[in-house]
Amino acid sequence: MPSDSFITLRNVGFAYGDRPILQDVSLSIPRGKLIAIMGGSGSGKTTLLRLISGQIRAQHGEVLVAGQDVGRMNNAELYQHRRRMGMLFQFGALFTDLSVFDNVAFPLRELTKLPESVIHDLVLLKLAAVGLRGTEKLMPAELSGGMARRIALARAIALDPQLMLYDEPFTGLDPISLGTIALLIKKLNDALGTTSIMVTHDVHKSLDIVDYVYFVANGRIVAEGTPEQVRHADSPWLAQFVAGEPDGPVHFAYPADESLAQAFGLQEKA
Amino acid sequence: MKRSTIDLWVGLFVAIGIAAVTFLSLKVANLTPQSDTNTYTLTAEFDNIGGLKVKAPVKSSGVLVGRVSNIALDTKRYVANVTLVLDSKYQFSRDTSAEILTAGLLGEQYIGLTQGGDMENLKAGDHITITSSAMVLEQLIGKFMTSFADKPATGSNAASASQ
Amino acid sequence: MMEKLLSPFRHLGALTINAIWRLGFASRFLLAILLNSGQSLLRFQLTIREVYFAGVLSLIIIVVSGLFVGMVLGLQGYNTLARFGSSDALGALVALSLLRELGPVLAALLFASRSGSAMTAEIGLMKATEQLEAMSVMAVNPIARVVAPRFWAGVISMPILAAIFNVMGIFGGYLVGVVMIGLDEGTFWSQMQNNVDLHYDVINGLTKSLFFGMAVTLIAVFEGYDAVPTASGVSSATTRTVVTSALVILALDFVLTAFMF
Ligand SMILES: Nc1ncnc2c1ncn2[C@@H]1O[C@H](COP(=O)(O)OP(=O)(O)OP(=O)(O)O)[C@@H](O)[C@H]1O
Ligand SMILES: [Mg+2]
Repeated sequence: MPSDSFITLRNVGFAYGDRPILQDVSLSIPRGKLIAIMGGSGSGKTTLLRLISGQIRAQHGEVLVAGQDVGRMNNAELYQHRRRMGMLFQFGALFTDLSVFDNVAFPLRELTKLPESVIHDLVLLKLAAVGLRGTEKLMPAELSGGMARRIALARAIALDPQLMLYDEPFTGLDPISLGTIALLIKKLNDALGTTSIMVTHDVHKSLDIVDYVYFVANGRIVAEGTPEQVRHADSPWLAQFVAGEPDGPVHFAYPADESLAQAFGLQEKA
Repeated sequence: MKRSTIDLWVGLFVAIGIAAVTFLSLKVANLTPQSDTNTYTLTAEFDNIGGLKVKAPVKSSGVLVGRVSNIALDTKRYVANVTLVLDSKYQFSRDTSAEILTAGLLGEQYIGLTQGGDMENLKAGDHITITSSAMVLEQLIGKFMTSFADKPATGSNAASASQ
Repeated sequence: MMEKLLSPFRHLGALTINAIWRLGFASRFLLAILLNSGQSLLRFQLTIREVYFAGVLSLIIIVVSGLFVGMVLGLQGYNTLARFGSSDALGALVALSLLRELGPVLAALLFASRSGSAMTAEIGLMKATEQLEAMSVMAVNPIARVVAPRFWAGVISMPILAAIFNVMGIFGGYLVGVVMIGLDEGTFWSQMQNNVDLHYDVINGLTKSLFFGMAVTLIAVFEGYDAVPTASGVSSATTRTVVTSALVILALDFVLTAFMF
C-alpha cells in the first residue's frame, strides 16, 4: 500500500436492508492518480462512489479520505469534505429549472463569493472544455442525453476539485466526444493533480488513460492491476471482461432464488 | 444579481396585496381613528344590560356617536359597568340619560343617549347617572301577564291558571 | 376468522402510528427549515422567485373564485335577508362572511391545490431525478437552497392572496347587491363599515391565512421532500398534499376561530 494514499477503503461492507451489496472491500488510491472501477451492472460500483462521497455510510470497515473517516463525519465535516470534491452522476442530475449556464454556475455562486463577471468567464471556460459553448441559454430539457452528461461534467469540475468521482462518464457519447471527454479527464488529472475515480464499462478507452484498475463483482474486488497488467492478465475475470464474453465467471443475470424454468412452473423447485 | 421580469411581477403582486389590505381597512372596516385625541370615554351603570355587546353602537337621536368599549360586572353592587367611547365632536350635558334600546323587534341592542338640560357638559371619565336598563323579553312578557291577571279582579279561571 | 375480524383494526392502528410518525418527522422538518432559513432571507432573490410561482401565478384563480364566491354570497344572502326585511345588512353579511371565514379558508384551499401540489411535485421530481442528492454532494444544503425559499414564499403569498380574495368577494357582493338587485349603495357600504371591525375581522382573518399559509406550505414541501422517488411516488405525494392540506386547513380554522372570536 503506498504511503501517501489519499483514499483508503478498509474491509468495507455495505448492505441495503439485509441485502449485502459490498463485502470486505479494501483498496487504496494514491494522491493524483486516475483509477477506474469496472464491473457488471448492479455489482455495486455506484454504491462504492456513494460511500466515498458520504451519501451513504458503510456498516463495516472504514472509508478514509485524506485520513478522515467519511462514515464518522458530522454534517459540517461532510460539507467540508464535499467542497473539495466533484461528482458526475450516472444520470447527469442537472437542475431542470435552471439554464445550462446557471447549472454550471451553480457551485460557483453557492460556494464562492466570486463576482458575476468572473463566474461568467469561468462558466464559458468550462463549457468550452466539454465542447458545448453556445448552449448557455438552453434548458436541460432541450439537451440530448450525451450533451446533458457533458454539461454535468462541466458543472462537476467548475470548482477544480481535489477529488473527482465520475459515474460512467462515457455512456451515451459518440466516439468523438468520448475521446474528448477521456482526454479532458486525463488532462484535469495531470494539470490540477486531482485524484479521480472513474466508474466505467468502456474497457478499451479507459485502459488508455487510467493509472490503475479495480474489478468489482458480487460485492468484492476480484481483480486489480495497471492497464498493462490487465491487458496481459490470464485471470478469467479479466479475460471475460476485456473480451466482452457473455458467459464466464461474471454472471450476467441478477442472482434469483429460482431458475427461470422454476419460475415458469416448468420444473419442480429443488 | 440582475433584475428580471419576475421581480416586476412579484413587486406588482405585493403592491396589489397592500392595496387590498388598505381597501379592507379603510373602505370595509372604516378604520375610524381610535386615538384618544378624537374620542373620550364615559361610564354608565345598568341593572341589566340584556344582550348588549362590546362594540355595540351608541346613538343619539339615531346618529352614531360612539361605541361600547368595555362591559364589566361590579362585584360589590352587582350592576353592569359599561364604558362608552364617544366622538369628541359630540358633547352631552351632565344630566344626559342613557338607555339600552333594541333596533327593531329582535335586532341588535344599542345605547341611546338623550340630551338633558344642564348647562355643563360631561367630561372624559365622567359617569352617566340616569340610566334605564334593557328590556328583557321574558320579563316584559312576565309583566304583561301579571298586569293582565291583576286587572280583572273578579278572577277568570283561565288567567289564574296561566300564572 | 378472528384474523379477518381484527385486520381492519390492525390496519387502522398501523395508519395511526404512521400518521404520528410523519407528524413527528414533519415537526423536525419545520425546525430544519427554520434553522436553514438564513439564505432565503439574505439572498431574497431566491424567495422572490418562489413568490412568483406560488403567489403571482395563483392570482387568476384567486381573483375569479373570489368574485364568484362574493356574487353567490350576495344572491343567497339577499334572498335570506329579504325574508326578514333586513336586506340592508347585505354588505355586512358579505364582508363578515368573507373576512372571517370564507376568504382565508377558500383562498387556502385554492392555494393548496394550485401551488401546494406544484411545490410537492417539483421537489418530489427533483428528488426522483437525483437533483437534491447532487446538490447536497456539491456541499449545498437542499433544505436551505430549495425548501426554505419555497416555504417562506408560501408564508408571504398566502395572506396577500387571501386579502385579494376578500376584496374580489366584496366586489362580487357589491355587483349583485347594488348593481344587479339595486340596493342602496350608501347603505351597503355603511352597514359594512358599521359592522366590520379592523382588529376582530380584518386582522384576525389575515392572521388565520398566515397560519394556513405556513401549514399548507409545510405540508407541500414536506410531502415533496419525503416522496418516494418514483413517478407513482411523486403523484401520490401530490395527492396527499391536497388532501392533508384540506383537512388541516379546516381543523386549524376551527381551532383558530375558537381562539380568536
Ligand atoms: N437505494 C437503493 N435501495 C436498495 N437497493 C439498492 C439501492 N441502490 C442500489 N441498490 C442495489 O444495489 C446494487 C448495486 O447497485 P449500484 O447502483 O451500486 O450498481 P452499479 O454497479 O452502479 O450498476 P450499474 O453499472 O448498472 O450502474 C444493485 O443490485 C441495486 O439493486
Ligand atoms: Mg451505477
